[in-house]
Amino acid sequence: MHYRLEISARPGFDDPQARRVEKQVREFLELPLDRARTREVYTLFLDAPVEDVRRILEAFANPVTQTGVLGESRPEPPFDWMIVVGFRPGVTDNVARSAASAIQDILGRPLGSEEAVYTSVEYLFNGKELDAEAMERIAWELLANRLIQTATILSRKEWAETGVPMNCPKVTFQAEPKVREIRLDVSDEELLEISRRGVLALSLEEMKAIQAWHRAHTAERRELGLPPWPTDVELESIAQTWSEHCKHKIFNARIEYTDEETGERSVIDSLFKTYIRGATEEIARKADWLLSVFHDNAGVVRFNDRLSLVYKVETHNSPSALDPYGGAMTGIVGVNRDPLGTGKGADLLINVWGYCFASPFTPREEVPRGLFHPRRLRDQVHKGVIDGGNQSGIPYAVGWEYFDPRYLGKPLVYCGTVGTLPARIQGEPGHAKTILPGDLAVMVGGRIGKDGIHGATFSSEELHEESPIQAVQIGDPITQKKMVDFLLEARDRGLYRFITDNGAGGLSSSIGEMCRVCGGADIDLAQAPLKYAGLQPWEILLSEAQERMSLAVPPEKIDAFLDLAARREVEATVLGRFTDSGRFVVRRQGRVVAALDLEFLHEGAPQMRLRAVWRRPRLADPKIPPKLDPAEALTRMLGRLNICSSEAKARQYDHEVKGLSVVKPYGGVHGNVPSDAAVLAVDQPDSAEGVALAAGVAPRYADIDAYHMAASVVDMAVRRIVAVGGNLDRMAGLDNFCWPDPVEGPGNPDGPYKLAQLVRANRAIYDMTRAYGVPCISGKDSMKNDSVVGGRKISIPPTLLFSTMARMEDVRRAVTLDPKRPGDLVYLIGWTGAELGGSEFYAMLGGVGEAVPRVDAPAARRLYERVAACTAAGLCRSLHTPALGGLGVALAKKAIAGGWGLEADLGRAPARGPDLSLWELLFAESNSRFVATVAPEHAEAFEKTLGDVPFARAGAVIETPELRLSRDGQEICRIPVSELERAFTQTLNWE
Amino acid sequence: MSAETTRHGEREVRALVITGFGLNCERETARAFELAGARAEQVHLNDILAGLRRLDEFHILALIGGFSFGDHLGAGAVFANRLRARLRSQLEEFIGSGRLIIGICNGFQTLARLGLVPALDGRLFEPQVALALNERGVFRDAWVTVRAEKNCPCVFTRGVDVLSLPIRHGEGRFVARDRRTLERVEEEGLAALRYVDPQTGEPAQEFPHNPNGSWNAIAGVCDPTGRVFGMMPHPEAYLAPWNHPLWTRQRAEGALPAEGGGLAIFRNAVAFAREHLL
Repeated sequence: MHYRLEISARPGFDDPQARRVEKQVREFLELPLDRARTREVYTLFLDAPVEDVRRILEAFANPVTQTGVLGESRPEPPFDWMIVVGFRPGVTDNVARSAASAIQDILGRPLGSEEAVYTSVEYLFNGKELDAEAMERIAWELLANRLIQTATILSRKEWAETGVPMNCPKVTFQAEPKVREIRLDVSDEELLEISRRGVLALSLEEMKAIQAWHRAHTAERRELGLPPWPTDVELESIAQTWSEHCKHKIFNARIEYTDEETGERSVIDSLFKTYIRGATEEIARKADWLLSVFHDNAGVVRFNDRLSLVYKVETHNSPSALDPYGGAMTGIVGVNRDPLGTGKGADLLINVWGYCFASPFTPREEVPRGLFHPRRLRDQVHKGVIDGGNQSGIPYAVGWEYFDPRYLGKPLVYCGTVGTLPARIQGEPGHAKTILPGDLAVMVGGRIGKDGIHGATFSSEELHEESPIQAVQIGDPITQKKMVDFLLEARDRGLYRFITDNGAGGLSSSIGEMCRVCGGADIDLAQAPLKYAGLQPWEILLSEAQERMSLAVPPEKIDAFLDLAARREVEATVLGRFTDSGRFVVRRQGRVVAALDLEFLHEGAPQMRLRAVWRRPRLADPKIPPKLDPAEALTRMLGRLNICSSEAKARQYDHEVKGLSVVKPYGGVHGNVPSDAAVLAVDQPDSAEGVALAAGVAPRYADIDAYHMAASVVDMAVRRIVAVGGNLDRMAGLDNFCWPDPVEGPGNPDGPYKLAQLVRANRAIYDMTRAYGVPCISGKDSMKNDSVVGGRKISIPPTLLFSTMARMEDVRRAVTLDPKRPGDLVYLIGWTGAELGGSEFYAMLGGVGEAVPRVDAPAARRLYERVAACTAAGLCRSLHTPALGGLGVALAKKAIAGGWGLEADLGRAPARGPDLSLWELLFAESNSRFVATVAPEHAEAFEKTLGDVPFARAGAVIETPELRLSRDGQEICRIPVSELERAFTQTLNWE
Repeated sequence: MSAETTRHGEREVRALVITGFGLNCERETARAFELAGARAEQVHLNDILAGLRRLDEFHILALIGGFSFGDHLGAGAVFANRLRARLRSQLEEFIGSGRLIIGICNGFQTLARLGLVPALDGRLFEPQVALALNERGVFRDAWVTVRAEKNCPCVFTRGVDVLSLPIRHGEGRFVARDRRTLERVEEEGLAALRYVDPQTGEPAQEFPHNPNGSWNAIAGVCDPTGRVFGMMPHPEAYLAPWNHPLWTRQRAEGALPAEGGGLAIFRNAVAFAREHLL
């Protein structure tokens, strides 16, 4: 039977969802509208009498605030237009899943195979000026995404004639499971065509390697019952294993580097091995707290005798460009599975996020067709990570946004997760794991569908208008939360030996990687639980359907494991066994459909060879208007997208769950100034041992020199931890590169320059991390952040996110950025230089310049040690490190945070080089600086502890809420704090 | 094992923290009860539904914060539905025997949806109030100031005056079925906690002090016995003094408290249980 349940607000009760739609229609789409209403609709296909359905309706509609109707109501007053938004077939519908749970509880039985629930939302609009074109825009520019949703627009007349069409997005395709042989005895052109047509992203050289291997192994394949040439299952598996996403081919390439400036010519055999791992290995000789770096899903460091910390940051750029909500949600719940799949499985402790977008104020006509407007993109990305993170019960600690027009083609969505691993589990180290031949291969969590097929190879391609729709997954945080709870319970009972996540490449990747541990596996796809019928074997193997983990379970533990899974309502399936055959064997109902030679699969890809050429760009300083008023300049700077407060969005992320928060992401008396870093207790809410987390990003510096960009970014992330009272002793770093395609090609003539930028950024990480003793423990790269839409190519600026994590012995020593009391003294610490190149100030004036901020790492390290000594001794009342916007912005933010006034004489700032201009003093973004306030009674001890590092007493916290800046006694500006605060909070003020 | 016997033969208050299906405040809630002197256990709902554990092994039941079933169909709705369908008689007995229930955030939403608060006229399982979508339509994490009503039977807020606590919800707007129900809640003094303006201490109707548009600024409500209590703010997120957003300022002013303000709620519950239920 088919039933329609319709739920709407009871008369007299508000419909905030409709209010939000109204606001967005008016403000964002600028369309006239009188009123919107919404109603939720559940379409039930249920073998149950109408009385049962009435009971279901009673449970679904909240009797206090809602009205439930069985069938369809006639809205009063009548509407002018209706838009019905539902899901496309096969798209994850999380609400329907929960509704099905509720129905099962009410009926007291599970749903049958023909029974189903679908959800849709009906938006009713009133507005005399609304026409069909306006409704199209509301439907597709605001309410629905064509990729995953359907939207039906009905005028009142159409509705009167037909009513609302039934919402039944059932997956109905029928396809015979088939395994094809892909013949590779073809011309080079055809080889490339096979790769292109199949979205395999394999180069000719790689295709030829596969061709050659198969030529040489025909006999062996015959014995296994396989054709001479690869089956589609095999070719797809190889393609995803060799994809840029999984193999990091560019980071492992052999690079010929030419520096036209110095004449240097050198060969780099793998950036990763040379610079990233190279630096960490050097540091590791002195850092015994590194437990597991680079080889597992996330890096592991020792926290104390009982716990280790696990950290991973990922990007989810391409999916977020296509489906900002679902893509971003998958980004956060996806990266959660990295710590969960590290060692024997970590508890998930803290999330971080960071996004790069084009301006949300970009004029509509500048957005190429086929791309989302950056405002919508931003709103939806936030919403996806908010819902994903909040529903998973993981607080966020660090979040940031960066804006540049060049992110119009592709936004960057960084998500990361910190976890904790027990130091020992069942007597063994928590960070170690193994697989023995004979162990069972088990998949746990969600079912397999067409979601995310080709995600790994797809993200290694440019974005095109016709990018495949399967590349999108939607996260289901509740299914994942149930799975996480279950797995941690199973972990503590020692019910499995090995765990890893199913991310890019699905089972092909997870089981394929697990094979390397023990030497092989033999699985049967017929066992795999599917969302719907009709998947091809290769699709089952490669599906990136979310919320899944792969495990090795000892045979003697399998009954207990499956029993616990059933009791926690988590699906767990034995797919096969691990072996030591040297092959990853995949069957379908017993018949071998793939037998992948592990050595060829993992070592057979030819090393990429690339060319990098560095030529220093020539960039002019912008003209500074002679009449520019410092007060006006500072106020405008505070309102700039890359400086202003993102609090309106940030407040929608839970940052308190678990009760561990010590220094919150936003601080100050009004809670609207971003903290330099976050501090959290790790074990229990009342324990004093904690962790500090920070991030650095500054893409614009790379326009001048990616070396100094990367050096600055590392410095930022390091000094921000020092600014909250942390130190360098046990600090680890994570590198996340998002780059425009650095591979030279017909559509990419400046590849060698972008690759040179990549080389230089890597060299900076190598230099900085060693100088600071801050090893990289994990990292990720995303190398194809270009989009070609409507014939226009937009490439992102080279973007490095450096994330830091440091153990804090006692969180009670933490320091925040808000000045605490009038009368406290203001100190400026660290050199200010003539470094306005790439600054926000120059960007405001429309230029870049060449004087990029540099880092003197040995001096900076010494300075950080002295500042850390001050905070450890409790000598700082407040501390903040300037970044974008320099000293002027830093002092303004401190005034806003404290609510008191501040006066400071910038003429006293330690200056590198003579005669800094007023603008350099105010806005130069020189690295390695702090602004501190200190109680007068601590001044002497503070100055003594700082010792010989450059610092100056420059002013005081004052009662009058005014920022008073001067130079050598001459007033620069005097601005009420309320005015600063308004400028700082008004730009991104919508929720 | 019944609630009155313990492993060590001494009398201890036992608190049950139900977990599973997207709930997520189990660790800090259990810790709160332990810091307050109880023994707390985290038990998966399905182990109770399967009969492996029983509610009456415990003196205090905590329905905790989180996103049970993703808040789909309305916060707490699917979880409440499961409790109503499969745990109704145990809940009735638990309440009838004089024990304590606290619902925090998602737990409060569940209690309201179940009709266990305010339970006017002793009518259980009949929803009388609801936690509707926040007036501004979005989730919000922010610290608010709440004040406990003096003439209220609520066991959990005894002796509590003004508290700073975080709210973290998208559906926290306290509304009643009708105006008369709201009046009855007020007449019987069941509005245990209200959002107040931190400057004046007076009930706040305006954002941000009233973060969600709650009627009569109600942040928490109890049943007529005072033993069943639901609140939107999270007392378990303020166990340590350094959880407070301005704790470094309190430190500078020499005003940092010895413990987090939220602990008082749990101390009250444990003290009542020790006095009346052991």
